[in-house]
Amino acid sequence: MNRTEPSDSKHEEPPNMPGFRTWRGLYLLVLGSLTFFIIFLLLWSRWFS
Amino acid sequence: MNVLDWIVLLGATLGIAVYGWWHTRGRKHLDGYLRGDKRTNWITIGLSVMATQASAITFLSTPGQGYADGLKFVQIYFGLPIAMVVIAAVFVPFYRRLGVFTAYEFLGRRFDPKTRVLAAALFLLQRGLGAGITIYAPSIIVSSVLGWPLNLTIIITAIIVTIYTVSGGCEAVNVTQKYQMLLIFLGLIVAFGVIAAKLPQGVSLIDAFHVAGNAGRMQAIDHSTNPNNRYTIWSGILGGVFLSLAYFGTDQSQVQRYLSGSSVRESRLGLMFNGIMKIPMQFFILLLGTMVFSFYQFERPPIFFNQAEWQRHVHAPGGEALQKLDDQFSPLHVEKQNGIRDWLNARHVGDKTSEAAAQARIEAAENKVRLLRAEVSKTLTAINAKADTKDTDYVFLTFILDHLPHGVIGLLVTVIFAASLSSISSELNALGSTSSIDFYRSFMKRDGTDAHYVFASKCFTALWGLIALAIAFFFQFADNLIQAVNVIGSIFYGPVLGLFFVAFFFKWIGGTAAFLGAIVSQALVIGVHLMGGVAFLWYNPIGAIACVIFAAMFQALPVVGRSAAKQTMIP
Repeated sequence: MNRTEPSDSKHEEPPNMPGFRTWRGLYLLVLGSLTFFIIFLLLWSRWFS
Repeated sequence: MNVLDWIVLLGATLGIAVYGWWHTRGRKHLDGYLRGDKRTNWITIGLSVMATQASAITFLSTPGQGYADGLKFVQIYFGLPIAMVVIAAVFVPFYRRLGVFTAYEFLGRRFDPKTRVLAAALFLLQRGLGAGITIYAPSIIVSSVLGWPLNLTIIITAIIVTIYTVSGGCEAVNVTQKYQMLLIFLGLIVAFGVIAAKLPQGVSLIDAFHVAGNAGRMQAIDHSTNPNNRYTIWSGILGGVFLSLAYFGTDQSQVQRYLSGSSVRESRLGLMFNGIMKIPMQFFILLLGTMVFSFYQFERPPIFFNQAEWQRHVHAPGGEALQKLDDQFSPLHVEKQNGIRDWLNARHVGDKTSEAAAQARIEAAENKVRLLRAEVSKTLTAINAKADTKDTDYVFLTFILDHLPHGVIGLLVTVIFAASLSSISSELNALGSTSSIDFYRSFMKRDGTDAHYVFASKCFTALWGLIALAIAFFFQFADNLIQAVNVIGSIFYGPVLGLFFVAFFFKWIGGTAAFLGAIVSQALVIGVHLMGGVAFLWYNPIGAIACVIFAAMFQALPVVGRSAAKQTMIP
């Protein structure tokens, strides 16, 4: 049952390592969008409350 | 609903279900049935992950939440994007490398069979209850408002979804969820547009936002550090991270969605899509609720939105008291409406003095309305001690039926059913997979063929459909439905998440210590819940952290620590 697909290999982290080193840009984009929405909601609350 | 509405409802609902069944019929391989042959692209995964979480409860209860309480509920999702990153980076590679069918299969390899069984059993208990709620909750509301027989609504919902889920497995779920989610997006946009168009003359969209904001409905962020406050930015980020990690990382109904990805890349992109889109989607649904609130400041709403419950009691002995309260509501509503119009006019011309005077009149009228509604609840209970006095879950559907054009009514009722079917299908698919892989294949028949296990999975899926149906018939609710779902999930999720933390990051802890840690931390969370005083979002971090700490403590005991910590089996 233990198998890796060839298409996975270039995106894989080394075994036993958390996968934060690759894909860093996309992760930062997601975290950046969270920051953006929180700021947006703070401003929204301030503007309409 | 008229003929047009029925055509839209039946055409869309049955059309998607039949397409899902037809497109995926004849699946005989286990990989195909449980993981869609791992051919799913990231868009389908992203939509599927969203559709699994967004049940009918989301579209009935959340707008009601927005109507009654404003935007604060959006904070619960602040932890989700962080969790998506962690799951994409850590969980996905582990699951993919081991080639597991279920999240609990991973625990079995990392620890031992008893830990796997514990986690899988907690999942079956919690998700089995959840599936029953997901069928029951929209059925009770829809049947009550539309006048459909409740039992028939429950049965038809359960049958439709069970048929195509049993038939096509994971891929049927993915295919149908993609179209159901697109339908949901369409319905939400149309609903917003129609509400905006129905605002009275002289009241713009921005005015409507200000009216809602003036009544405290636009306050999205709460900075309070009081642990009793249900929705704050802190509980949303910290508690929400743990809730999302547990739900998306360890709940098989979600894990199965991205295990079907054609590669790690597709699985990760699907999760990132969800991470970016979820908060705006939930904000939009809550905003719909606040827009309904603004609309009802200019249009007289029912004094009690659960009209079926109202009609039952107003015609019962003692019901004339309710009618008197309803008669008192109209002049109060006019008083409040006039105050709001004067307030808006004063705002437009920048007259602060008149604005403050109008504000005082609005608040005075609102206080009287609040007291009147409290009197309605007391009177309902006096007539019938078992009367359901909560009505926020009926706000949106009542608004749809009373004020939206035909066709749009059909579309939005379809959205509610699409959301219901999409969630239930994921849940049944996951319950069937876990039963067949973590229990049947592990303990009862280890040497079956692929076709045998596909058949077993189908049988278990059908069985869980029946169990969920049985639970739906007998389940009773208190409080807002979407909160009930999250509370039940939070009680069981924390310790299971703790097990996965131990598995990933604490390799020196063995199976027995992890198992005992999970049991003790589960007891702790149940105890915290029964004691009260702690908002449910904190249950997840409490359970997860307690599990890790207790597991470490047990591992340190000489008796337990003798069993060697196993390394994760990664090729």
